[in-house]
Parts: sequence; structure tokens; C-alpha cells
Amino acid sequence: MANDSIGRTFGVALGVCLVCSVLVSGAAVSLRPTQAVNKALDKKRNILMAAGFVKAGETVSGERIEELYKNIEPRVVNLATGDYEENIDAVGYDQRRAAKDLARSMAIPAGEDFGGIKRRANLASAYLVSDRGKVRKVILPMHGKGLWSTLYGFIALDAKDINTIRGLVYYEHAETPGLGGEVDNPNWKALWDGKMAFDESGSVRIEVIKGKVVPGRAETKYQVDGLSGATITSRGVKGMLRYWLGEGGYGKYLAKLKQQGVS
Amino acid sequence: MADEKAKDILFNPVFNDNPIALQILGICSALAVTTKLETAVTMCLAVLFVVSLSNTAVSLIRNYIPSSIRIIVQMTIIASLVIIVDQFLRAYAFDISKQLSVFVGLIITNCIVMGRAEAFAMKNGPGASFLDGVGNALGYSVILLFVGVFRELFGSGKLFGAEVFSLAAEGGWYAPNGLMLLPPSAFFLIGFFIWALRSWKTEQVEEES
Repeated sequence: MANDSIGRTFGVALGVCLVCSVLVSGAAVSLRPTQAVNKALDKKRNILMAAGFVKAGETVSGERIEELYKNIEPRVVNLATGDYEENIDAVGYDQRRAAKDLARSMAIPAGEDFGGIKRRANLASAYLVSDRGKVRKVILPMHGKGLWSTLYGFIALDAKDINTIRGLVYYEHAETPGLGGEVDNPNWKALWDGKMAFDESGSVRIEVIKGKVVPGRAETKYQVDGLSGATITSRGVKGMLRYWLGEGGYGKYLAKLKQQGVS
Repeated sequence: MADEKAKDILFNPVFNDNPIALQILGICSALAVTTKLETAVTMCLAVLFVVSLSNTAVSLIRNYIPSSIRIIVQMTIIASLVIIVDQFLRAYAFDISKQLSVFVGLIITNCIVMGRAEAFAMKNGPGASFLDGVGNALGYSVILLFVGVFRELFGSGKLFGAEVFSLAAEGGWYAPNGLMLLPPSAFFLIGFFIWALRSWKTEQVEEES
């Protein structure tokens, strides 16, 4: 058949590829601005969720998110010193981009890389949550490797003691739906409220264990149920908490907050 | 006559030749996205869009496709359409696209889409192929919606996220059936659907050998 000549085969392949690539890139380029707006709103929504302003599964309009977000003050922290970095635009600071920039990030020593992320930005975002004129919670972004993907999320700590966990959410990941993807499950997220991140000596104790937490033990307040069928994702959650709350991450900043109080 | 045929092409796949119930294609997404009706409906629309347009496109160029590369040409067309759907969902239905996550992308490997392109669109004109695509998507949708209604209603006491049964956990009377939220329940439901369908249309029962 004439259709099967080499020239014809290449011609058809080339034609199909051309038409398809124009369509795909057209859609991707023209829709990117709308997608970016969605993504930014989604991040704000998740910060509000970690802050407890928005309940899991609740639908809130874009305007409402912007309004509630006024209670949230983004800051930028220098992780090496634990101080706020004042001469930088905290609202526009993109920690993820900075982490990829060799000049603005550092390699994490292999022995300390509990989150499996290899590099981190020198400056990191932090969000102070105010309610009726007082700072109530501190929200820290964190990320780390799970099974398939890097999980991006937030942890909220009570501003009173910089120890009690007030919430944990993930806003971006690609773990297996139904197994590791259950990090989004509202019931599991609710388990975090009231847990303690640090022990008396100040080292990170919070962990995700295998199976169910036995209530009433001394370590109960440091433990959260593992996700069944998702050992590696659970381990990833534990690892990234250990890294980001520890010395290599926000440790110095949190220690300062504890000493000087949240301003 | 022509009308009669068009009607057959469109509605035969719904009950007489259902892609899931009779051809047992596209099962994996039927398990994955049916815990909630909202995601199930979005998935149905996405598949409807992809399969009808891929059928039309493949049919339009069917006489030019060299048979040695026909599968890859079909795949390219299908994959492009799927990416476009995915981009649109991300722009206009962000929450749902997050929940559907990888499953929109997996429409590419949904056997129904590929199966129709190869079995129907390669041999028929664009009009008939379009109708065949719509019909098969409807057949797929019937099952997804059936499974979705049962799973959401009995698994979480809701329909489209609105409460129907008041849950015991929130002071109501209904203790949700956790199995319904797990993928195996969709197998049972599809099984029941096939049983009911074959009791009604006995010609679909396979002969025992």
C-alpha cells in the first residue's frame, strides 16, 4: 500500500506531531495565567487551613480567602541566624525558586538530610497568624520526599509555647491516591492538633509511627498514627518534620521565638 | 435508515454493548474516581470530550495513516487531547483537578479511547465515529454514575457533597460503610450492575464452554 512507503510514514508522523504540539502548547500557554492564579490562591487557602481559619473540605471564594489572608503576616527568616530578614519583600519571596539557585541556597550534609531534599534555601518563609490583634500561631512551610513525589506543606505551631502543633496540611504532592494520598484526609490531619513537636530538652520528638498510637503513654503526645499502606510516605512526613523543625531548618528561629516571644 | 443507524451507534454502547459491562474496558478509572459523584461526573465529561474528538480526528485521517504507525498516531492524538483537558481543568476547576490528580492523565491509557479509535474510527466516517465516541462515553458514564451514587451515598452519606443521611459521627443515625470508600467496592457494584444488565438482556450472557 502507498500509505506504507517510508516517505508517507514520516510525513504523517510529522504532520500529526506538528498539529498536536501546536494544540498542546497553545492550551498550555494561554491557560497558564489562570492556573498561576489558582495555584497562588490554593497556597493561601492551605496556609489559612493550617491556621485554622478554613476548615478542611470547606469551599471558600477567592475574595474570602484574600480577606482572611489579611490576618496572616508573611515574614522571611534567615535560617542560619534565626533572625528575620527585613530588607526583602516577604510577600513575593519564592522559597522554592531560591532553593534551586546555587547562590541563595546550600547543600544539606547527607547525614542531616532527613527530608531527602538535598538543597535548601538560605532564607525561608514563615507566616505569623494573628487573631484579634495578637499573634496566635506560627506557620512554617516544609517539604520532603515521600514515595513518588516531594510533598509540600505547612505546619502550624502555637505561638504560646512554640511547641504545641496546631495543624499540618499538604498542598502539593503526587502520592498514591487512597494510600499515601491520605495525607490530605481531614481525619488524619485532625490527629495533629495538640501534639507536641519538641521534648523537654528541646529536640524534635514528633513522629509518625506504624499503626495506631496507644493513648495514655508518656510518648503519646509525640506520636501520630501512620497511614496504613503508606509506610514510605509516613516516613517522609516524619523525616521532613525532623529536618525543618531541627537545627538544620527552623531550629534557631524557633529557639529565638521561645526565648523572646513572638512579636 | 440513516437515522436509525446513527441512533444505534449512539445508544448501543449504553446498554447493549457497554464498554465496561460487556467489553470490560476502562475498569481502573471506574474504581479510582467514583468515591464522589463530583469527580465521577468530571471524569465522564473529560472522557466524553477525549473519546469523541479522538474518534473524529482518527477517522478524518484514517485513509492516510500508514498501518505500521497507526497505534502511535492514535496515541499521539489521544494524549494531546488529554493534556488539553488536563490544562483546562487546572485552569477552571482547580480543586477537582487536584482530586482527580493522575487519573485525568491516565485517560490516555483508558482502553475505551484506544479501543474505539482502533476498532471503529479506523473503519468509519468522521460523523459516525463522533457518535460512536459519544455513545461509548455515555456507556462509560452510566457505570461511573451508578457506582458513584452508591459509593458516595453509602460511603459518606452524601450526594454531590450535600448531606443525605445524617452521619452517626455528627450525631445522626447513619454509620457509613467504609468499604464503599475503598476501591474493591466498585468491583462489587460493577459486578451487580453486570448481573442486573445480563438478567435483563439475556443475549449478553456468555455461553458456558
